[in-house]
Amino acid sequence: MEIFGVPPQALFGQLLIGLINGSFYALLSLGLAVIFGLLNIINFTHGAQYMLGAFCAYLLLNKLGIGYWWSLAIAPVIIGITGVIIERTMLSKLYKLDHLYGLLLTFGLALIIQGLFRNEFGSSGLPYRIPEELQGAQNMGFMFLPNYRAWVIVVSLVVCLGTWYVFERTKLGAYLRAATENPQLVQAFGINVPRMITLTYGFGVALAAFAGVMAAPIYQVNPLMGADLIIVVFAVVVIGGMGSIIGAIVTGFGLGIIEGLTKVFYPEASNTVIFIIMAIVLMFKPAGLFGTQK
Amino acid sequence: MKLKQKLRATLLAASIAAIGATSAQAQISDNVIKIGVLTDMSSLYTDLSGKGSELAARMAVEDFGAAKKGMKVEIISADHLNKPDVGSNLARQWYDVDKVDLIVDTPNSGVALAVSQVTREKGKAFLVSGAATADLTGKSCSPNTIHWTYDTWMLANGTGQAIVKTGGDSWFFLTADYAFGHALERDTEAVVLKNGGKVVNKVRHPLNTQDFSSFLLQAQASKAKIIGLANAGGDTTNSIKQAAEFGIVKGGQNLAGLLVFLTDVHSLGLQTAQGLILTETFYWDANPQTRAFTKRFAAGNRGIHPTMVHAGVYSAVLHYLKAVEASKTDDGTKVINQMKAMPTEDPLFGKGSIRQDGRKIHPAYLVEVKKPSESKAPWDYHKIRATIPADQAFRPMSEGGCPLVK
Repeated sequence: MEIFGVPPQALFGQLLIGLINGSFYALLSLGLAVIFGLLNIINFTHGAQYMLGAFCAYLLLNKLGIGYWWSLAIAPVIIGITGVIIERTMLSKLYKLDHLYGLLLTFGLALIIQGLFRNEFGSSGLPYRIPEELQGAQNMGFMFLPNYRAWVIVVSLVVCLGTWYVFERTKLGAYLRAATENPQLVQAFGINVPRMITLTYGFGVALAAFAGVMAAPIYQVNPLMGADLIIVVFAVVVIGGMGSIIGAIVTGFGLGIIEGLTKVFYPEASNTVIFIIMAIVLMFKPAGLFGTQK
Repeated sequence: MKLKQKLRATLLAASIAAIGATSAQAQISDNVIKIGVLTDMSSLYTDLSGKGSELAARMAVEDFGAAKKGMKVEIISADHLNKPDVGSNLARQWYDVDKVDLIVDTPNSGVALAVSQVTREKGKAFLVSGAATADLTGKSCSPNTIHWTYDTWMLANGTGQAIVKTGGDSWFFLTADYAFGHALERDTEAVVLKNGGKVVNKVRHPLNTQDFSSFLLQAQASKAKIIGLANAGGDTTNSIKQAAEFGIVKGGQNLAGLLVFLTDVHSLGLQTAQGLILTETFYWDANPQTRAFTKRFAAGNRGIHPTMVHAGVYSAVLHYLKAVEASKTDDGTKVINQMKAMPTEDPLFGKGSIRQDGRKIHPAYLVEVKKPSESKAPWDYHKIRATIPADQAFRPMSEGGCPLVK
């Protein structure tokens, strides 16, 4: 039996692969959605911050001998702190202005960071090995699933759902959402809104760095790894609806699967299919699938 | 009377000689030979060409002794962003506005084909080191272009043949979806079929793909013995790395990196890259001259050792300057003809020649990537398994279909 000329077993394999790639889209677009939701900043530095996470893991390993597991915790903290500094010293000056200024600032920062790293480390990429515990693979009958990829799916699902829970179901999340709607009022209740915003940006950046560490063993650690990905991730956020957390998660995984299937049926279009979907979605639902018109 | 006549004749001869001399001077346009290094400065081919190519061109000018010979040579460089339209616009601007006489390097076959076309229109000179497509000396050959370092036919003939002959007779191609990948796939497929092998399937991936797992899964399911990687740079390293993750080699299939550069091996690390078979025309550790060159080069290039592309830029610029000196002009078409007429010789490629169709001829090496235990020093990566003699390394001129060859 075949489905469109592809044996169903192969198709299951491809669906799973799509889901894995979708995990990265979801992790990255989640950070973007959180930042946009609260700060109204379109954070174009996100790709560079993802790359910084991977480099941080690489440097921790090669300069200090700190392995993957610790990097998974340390790198997001370090890069998150740099995010906090960026927010305090630069972004906070731009909140009163149009979105466009934040976009230009973060885009410029991304170019600078990527340029510096390219000068220092070249463009071929640096090797980072899969941790000992996650090497090897499982034969699932219909496909060969590397242990590390299985780990990627599980972790990213946990992180995504955890973030969604915090923002949508806890008191802290309620404060954050209230602060987006009406910062003055929330401030009047004695909550330090500027600090909350700073920490949110730091958290979004830390998520990007976390995805970077997750990606390091699969892809080459490369100064341009984020630049290639960020455009796709933006498309994911736009399709999901700017600022919608659940939208970012669902479309991240969903588009990973669609892209994976394109790689089977018409590989030449695999890097454009997401943009085709974006154009179609924008035509019928300008606010995105999960977005609300303001 | 006789004396007068003689005097007049001498004067005439002298004045003709003087005119000749001044016109020879005037033949170097603006008294400057301007070389443009058009390359990838920001993306996946930067390390194998990029700044290193510019450095190699400068070293060639220095070693030629241009300053001592009273020749003024200027080098500029630019990033073509791997886009043929950007590349051909830059070339036009360089030739028309900036008075560039020669463009070198230009990795990315799509860009190189476009620049070759512009160069021909403008009657300038184009020496290709970084781009791979054999069409540059085949159906798209040009009297103004010389293809220096390597090409897809040579890679297919070297790596492809070696692999088919050792039992790798069924192939699955993973191909970069643009001019270069298509040419490499086509040339390798021809070699595979000619040697009695077969091609099971092929997929074409967009340039600069991050994740190859989907394609690798298809390759795995095809049960082909050899997965031929008709791609380059970051695409190749990512495919090799992820193939290891999916246990492709452990499962009994083998990878054939059809175009793997020294910098790719460096980026993968020997642990992952060991055992790969590849073909190249220059290896830094081949002889004392190449080692001496490498020492100088690496010092100026963040320690990155020269790839064959860098070596090719050096060798091409050196020969170009010799031809300018011999022909006393920097007119593109004339210099290219002069370059073809003179035998080539330099410390990196030894003696060689340039064919009528613009193909530079020299030997090629079939190399194997060392095991980590065999590597004695940083960048000690390749061992040469066989040398393919110059007359067999490249496609015979009669098979290329170049219209210049009658």
